[in-house]
Amino acid sequence: MGLSKNKYFPLELSILKHYNDNHNGIYNSCHPKVKETRDSAIVQFENIRLPLTNSEKWRSTNLQDLYELEYLMGDEKPVFDKHINEIFQCNVRGFDTNVFSMLNGWYYNSNTQQIHTLDDGVIIGSILAAQKAFPELISKYFNEIASPSTHGLLAANAAVFTDGIFIYVPDNVESKKAVQLINMVNRDSNIMINSRNLVILGQNSSLSFLHCDDSINQHPAFLVTNTEVFLGENAKLDLYKLQNLNNWSTLANSTFVQQESNSKLKINVLTFNGGIIRNEFNIDLIGEGADADVSGIYLMDKKQHVDNQVMLKHSAPNCTSNEMFKGVLDESASAVFNGYIYVARDAQKTLAFQKNANILMTNEARIDSMPFLEIYADDVKCSHGATVGQLDKDALFYLMQRGISESDAKLLLMYAFVTEVTGKIMIEPLKVSIDDMVKKRLRGDLSICDKCVLHCSTPDIPIEFEIDLSKI
Amino acid sequence: MNEEKNNGKIIEEVTSGEYKYGFFTDIETETTPKGLNEDIIGFISKKKNEPEWLLEYRLKAYRHWLTIEEPDWALLNHPPIDYQDIIYYAAPVQKKTLDSLNEVDPELLDTFNKLGISLDEQKMLTGVAVDAIIDSVSVKTTFQDTLSKHGIIFCSFSEAVQNHPELVKKYLGKVVPYTDNYFAALNSAVFSDGSFCYIPKGVRCPIELSTYFRINAANTGQFERTLLVADEGGYVSYLEGCTAPQRDENQLHAAIVEIIAHANSEVKYSTVQNWYPGDKNGKGGIYNFVTKRGLCEGYNSKISWTQVETGSAITWKYPSCILRGDNSIGEFYSVAVTNNYQQADTGTKMIHIGSNTKSTIISKGISAGYSNNSYRGLVRISKKADNARNFSQCDSLLLGDKCGAHTFPYIKTNNSSAIVEHEATTSKISEDQLFYCQQRGIDSEKAIGLIVNGYAKEVLNKLPMEFAVEAQKLLAITLEGSVG
Repeated sequence: MGLSKNKYFPLELSILKHYNDNHNGIYNSCHPKVKETRDSAIVQFENIRLPLTNSEKWRSTNLQDLYELEYLMGDEKPVFDKHINEIFQCNVRGFDTNVFSMLNGWYYNSNTQQIHTLDDGVIIGSILAAQKAFPELISKYFNEIASPSTHGLLAANAAVFTDGIFIYVPDNVESKKAVQLINMVNRDSNIMINSRNLVILGQNSSLSFLHCDDSINQHPAFLVTNTEVFLGENAKLDLYKLQNLNNWSTLANSTFVQQESNSKLKINVLTFNGGIIRNEFNIDLIGEGADADVSGIYLMDKKQHVDNQVMLKHSAPNCTSNEMFKGVLDESASAVFNGYIYVARDAQKTLAFQKNANILMTNEARIDSMPFLEIYADDVKCSHGATVGQLDKDALFYLMQRGISESDAKLLLMYAFVTEVTGKIMIEPLKVSIDDMVKKRLRGDLSICDKCVLHCSTPDIPIEFEIDLSKI
Repeated sequence: MNEEKNNGKIIEEVTSGEYKYGFFTDIETETTPKGLNEDIIGFISKKKNEPEWLLEYRLKAYRHWLTIEEPDWALLNHPPIDYQDIIYYAAPVQKKTLDSLNEVDPELLDTFNKLGISLDEQKMLTGVAVDAIIDSVSVKTTFQDTLSKHGIIFCSFSEAVQNHPELVKKYLGKVVPYTDNYFAALNSAVFSDGSFCYIPKGVRCPIELSTYFRINAANTGQFERTLLVADEGGYVSYLEGCTAPQRDENQLHAAIVEIIAHANSEVKYSTVQNWYPGDKNGKGGIYNFVTKRGLCEGYNSKISWTQVETGSAITWKYPSCILRGDNSIGEFYSVAVTNNYQQADTGTKMIHIGSNTKSTIISKGISAGYSNNSYRGLVRISKKADNARNFSQCDSLLLGDKCGAHTFPYIKTNNSSAIVEHEATTSKISEDQLFYCQQRGIDSEKAIGLIVNGYAKEVLNKLPMEFAVEAQKLLAITLEGSVG
C-alpha cells in the first residue's frame, strides 16, 4: 500500500486506517464473496482515490472541503434501547407500511433475529445477517452490478460498509404493504456512514419500497449508500426516495438496477433538503420489454446542492425508458442534472425519453443541465429536452387579475410545475403528504423537519392557499 | 425483404463512392525536417521574416504546449499522434512575388481547377475573392484591388504581419489565447500562414470572401490561422473550403479561426469541410482538430457560424461565440455527416456574458456506415447576462445499424431571467416517408437524398448560394441511399 505522489486527504487516511484496523475483525465477513469484494475494493480505492472536480462526472459537485475533515468511521453498533417510534415518528394517516430502520449505518431492530419474513412472504433484514441466512443469494447477486471502480466513494463504500438492508421478494410474491426504510443519523460528532443495500425481486413479484434519508440532529454527516436492485422477469418495483437532511449533511446515493425482460421499475426521487446530495442511478435494461421510469423533483434553497446522475442503459431491444427531473432553485442553491441514455448496438425498437426542466428564482442560484444521448442502434426513437426558465408571465398575470396575490399565484404555478412529477406517485396517502410537503417547501415553511418528513404532514389540516375564493 | 436487400445494395454502392479530391499534385515544395523543437519554430518565423514579438509569442506557446496533455474527453478513438513525426512547414516553391494569376505555377492552377476552385474563373465570373492556401502557405489572393478600394484588408496572414503588424498584434490570440487548449497551443507555435481580414468601420463588404485550404505534401501537418476583424458597423460573409489528397497515413490539421465583431457589426462564417476522410476501411484521412471562436465584443454585434462537415477521419471542432456585448447574437448551424469509419465530435459553445444576448444552435448529425457522430455543445448564461435567450436543436439521423449518433449538451445557467431550451431527437428515416416518395415513382436512392436534404435544409439555407449548391452535392455523394 504505497502512498502515491499526492498527499492523501484526512478522510482517505481514515478510510484506509479503518479498513486496516478491521479487516481481520468485523470485515472478515463470513461470506467469501463479501470479503473478496472488500479486499479488492480497498485496492481500487487506493488507486482511484476520492472523486475531485477534475473528473468529468464530478465537475459540478465539489466535495474536497469535506475530505479535509476528520470523521468518525464505522460507529459502534447502537444498543437497541428505544423503539423506533420513540426516536422517530411516522404516522401518515392511511399510509400503512412495514417500517424498518437503520441508525448510524446499522440495522436497528429490537429482535435479536435480524432477518424477518413478513406476512406476505417478503423477506427483509440486515445484509450482514443475510450472508448466513441466504449465502446462495449473496453469491449470485452481491456486487454483481455495483462497480466499486466507478469512483472512490463507491470503492470506499464497498470496502468499509458497516451494514445495510437486505430485501428478497421470492418468485410470484406480491407485496401487499409497502416497505419503508428510514435511514437515520444521530451522532454528536462528524460521522461517515457507509451502508450497502441489496434488493432482489424474483419473477412475477412486486414491491413498493420507500427509502427515507433523515437526520435527527444538526451535526454534519457524510452518508454513502450503495443499493443494488435486481428485477426478475415480470417483476415490478416502485421505489421512492425521500431526502430531507440537515444543511450540513452530505449524501452520496448510488443505485444500480438490473432489469430482466418485462420488468417494470418506477423511481421517484424527492429531494427537499440536504447540504450536498448526489444521486446516481445506473439502470441497465438487459431483458426485452423492460420499462424504467425515473423521475424526481428537487426544491432547494440556501446553499444546498443537488446532483442527479441518471444513466439508463438499453442493452436489449424493445425496452422503454422515461426520465423526468424538475427543480426549483432559490437563494444560492445549485443543482446538476446529468441524464445519460445509452442505446447498445442491437437494442432496436428502443423508446427513450428524457426531460429536465428548471426554474431559477434568483441570480445566485445555479443549474447545470447535461442531458446526454449515446446511441448505437438505428431503429430507435430517442429524445431529450432541457429547459431553464421562469414562471409563465401570462399565467401569472391571469391568476393575479383574478385577485390572487402575486406570492400565491407564484406558489400555485410552482406547485403546478412540480406536480408533473409528484403526480406519478402511486401510493395515494404518500402522494397527499408529498403534495403537502411541496406546498410547505415552496412557501419556505419546511426546512429541516424536527422529525420525519412524513410526520410533518397532517393531512387532516390541508394547507390552504391564501386565496379569497369569492374573488374568483 | 426484397426492398431491404435492394437498399443494402445501394448503401454499398454509395458508401464505396470514391473521394474525388484525392489526387496529388507534383509541385516543388520546400519542407523542414520532421519533428518540432524551438529551432523549427525559429526557422518558420525567420522564413516568414517575422518581427521579434511574434517569434516570442510562438515560443511562449510552444513552451506552454510542452506542459499540457492532449485532451481525451471527446468521443473519439485514434492511435496516439506522434508529434515528432510530422513536418511542420511545407510550401510550394515560389520564385518571385506574383502580380497576376498568369504567373502562378500552372501545376498549381491545374490543382485548383481540378478542385473546381478555378481561381481564374472565380475571379471573372462569380466575383468571390479567394485566398488559396496550399500546404502551409497562401499562394494567391484574388480581388485584392477591388477590396482595397473599400479599405478592406484581405490578404494572407504573412502579408498582414508585414503590412499591418499593429492590427495583427492587437488582435492575435485575443479570442483564442495560446493557453486555450492543446491544439491551439500547437497552432500558435507553428502556424505557417492563413488569412487575415479586416473590415473597417461602417463598411459592408460587397463580395463574399473565401479561403481555400489544401494539404498537398505528404507527412505534413497544416496549421493555418485565420483572423477576421469587423470594426463598428462592418459586415462580411466569409467562406472556407478544404480538401486533401488521398493517402494511407493520417495527416494532422490543427487550425485556429478568430473572429472579433465590434459594435453593430456582423460576421457570417461558412465552412464546407471536405478533408480526405480515409478509405472505406478507415485507413488514412485527416485528423482535424480545429479551434474556432468568435467574440461579439460590441453592442448589437452578431456572429453566425455555418458548417457542413463531410470530410476528415476525425473532426474535433467547436465553433463558438462569446457574447460579451449587450444585445449581441450568436448563431451556429451545422450539418455533420460521417460515413465508413469517420468520427466527428463537433458542436459549439455559446457563452452569454452581456445582457439581452441571444443564441441559436441548430445541429443536424447524419451517421452512416461504421461511423460515430457526436454533438457536444455548451450554453453558459453568466450571472450578469440578464434576459439571455438560447434555443438549441440537435437532431441525429442514423443510416444503418452499425453507426452511432450521440448528443452531449451542457447547459449552465446562473441567471434567473434566462430562457434556455434544448431539444434533441434521434431517429432513422421513417419508412412512411420513404414509402410515400417511392409510391410517387421516386426510386429509393433519390428519395433518401431528398429526405436527407430536407432534413438538412434548415442549415443549408444559411449557406451562401455558391456553397449551398456544393454542399448539397456533397451531401448527395456522401449519403445517397445509405439507409438499411
